Amino acid sequence: MIEIRNVRKTFGALTVLKGINLDVNKGELLCLIGASGSGKSTLLQCINGLEPIQGGEIVVDGVSVHDPKTNINTLRQKLGIVFQQYNAFPHLTALENVALAPRVVAKRSRKEARALALKHLEHVGLGSKADSLPSQMSGGQQQRLAIARALAMEPSYMLFDEVTSALDPELVGEVLETMRLLKREGMTMVVVTHDISFARESADRVAFLHQGEVCEIGTAGEVIDNPHKEQTQKFLRREKRQPLEVA
Amino acid sequence: MNGYQFYWSIVWDSLPLLLAGAWVTIQITVLAFVIGTLIAMPMAVARQRGEGWAYRFSTGWVELSRNTPAVFQLYIFYFGLGALHINIPSYAAVLLSVSFNNAGYMTEIFRGGLTAIPRQQMPAARSLGMTGPQSFIHVIFPQMFKVIFPAYVTQGIWGMLNTSLGMLVGLQELSGATQYAQSASFRTFEFFLATALIYYLIAKALQFSSQLVFRLIYRS
Repeated sequence: MIEIRNVRKTFGALTVLKGINLDVNKGELLCLIGASGSGKSTLLQCINGLEPIQGGEIVVDGVSVHDPKTNINTLRQKLGIVFQQYNAFPHLTALENVALAPRVVAKRSRKEARALALKHLEHVGLGSKADSLPSQMSGGQQQRLAIARALAMEPSYMLFDEVTSALDPELVGEVLETMRLLKREGMTMVVVTHDISFARESADRVAFLHQGEVCEIGTAGEVIDNPHKEQTQKFLRREKRQPLEVA
Repeated sequence: MNGYQFYWSIVWDSLPLLLAGAWVTIQITVLAFVIGTLIAMPMAVARQRGEGWAYRFSTGWVELSRNTPAVFQLYIFYFGLGALHINIPSYAAVLLSVSFNNAGYMTEIFRGGLTAIPRQQMPAARSLGMTGPQSFIHVIFPQMFKVIFPAYVTQGIWGMLNTSLGMLVGLQELSGATQYAQSASFRTFEFFLATALIYYLIAKALQFSSQLVFRLIYRS
């Protein structure tokens, strides 16, 4: 489980997270929603230690992420993350993209790593693209490649940072479908999204972040369909006025 | 060259001497290329970081190596160290000074390449559990070399031309051997023309072999 305790994060004079408290339970899909600048992406980057924090603590399976004594590279193998901008390694084929970390970090043999990579590519429906370079793939395929690459380290948690925001509308569906597949398989997921209908339909719990604080948290039915806080209601009204394309 | 008579046979007779010199030139060129590259990689990273002692050290190196004559750099390693009673052979002095020069230029070439790589590649690599050095070796540097390859090879060839300064400290590399042969025979033009041709051939061989390596690595 991921325990987020009173986490504070500042960039210079700007306070982005003002004491976040949040638990992520094993097997659940938690969606983080909120306006741009509410701190949800930053929080995700803090969970796997890509961003330092200025106060509080994040504990993953009993290990404190920002403790200097923690081996962050070992801990990160538990925490897969997928970014908005895919970030495929452009000089490597799809298969090599996925096989790299198992080989270099998990010290698997070249052959084992390739077999593992192929398995995960097939899992996200990219088995036929194994020898393609990222530049020969669509945005949706590159994003599924990024998911396969994270899964190849066999993480306990998957973090998704607005993974459909940079995609053409017609490519969003295939990525969401892959995420639903992971949920069905019981993966614990934290999903930062602007896609309210994905949150409503897939999330076990939804947290609404407002100005660096968890403003409201509960089931999708509670937070999205029946929000109690005024800020949540305002945010959802705005989101509904500019509906995002959803496949 | 009015009335100058070319006698090529004397060059032909001295060819073993010239080729022995060329072999020394090739050795130093390749070694200085590798040493320069290995030093320049961490220095480029330090330069890009923009602060700290490693940044200041690298900046000092870059400033010195790129803004002083290569012959001055060689003299520091040969006569300068000698004045401090550290006597090194002329071979080592040339190798060190060309490596020093290569590293300075390559640092800036690499740094330019690093800025061309999307900022998110590093967190993407680190997020998979790779250490910083692993991320550079497997993700950042392969992309960087692809961008800077032509400038990088040009610097390698420039380094080879710099080894010709070896003749000033008595090293029998290609220029040193030529100097010796022409002063013994006074056939200056023949020898320096032949030597220029050999330099040209070595440069072309370096260029073609590096292009071959590039195609093998990057499948393009």
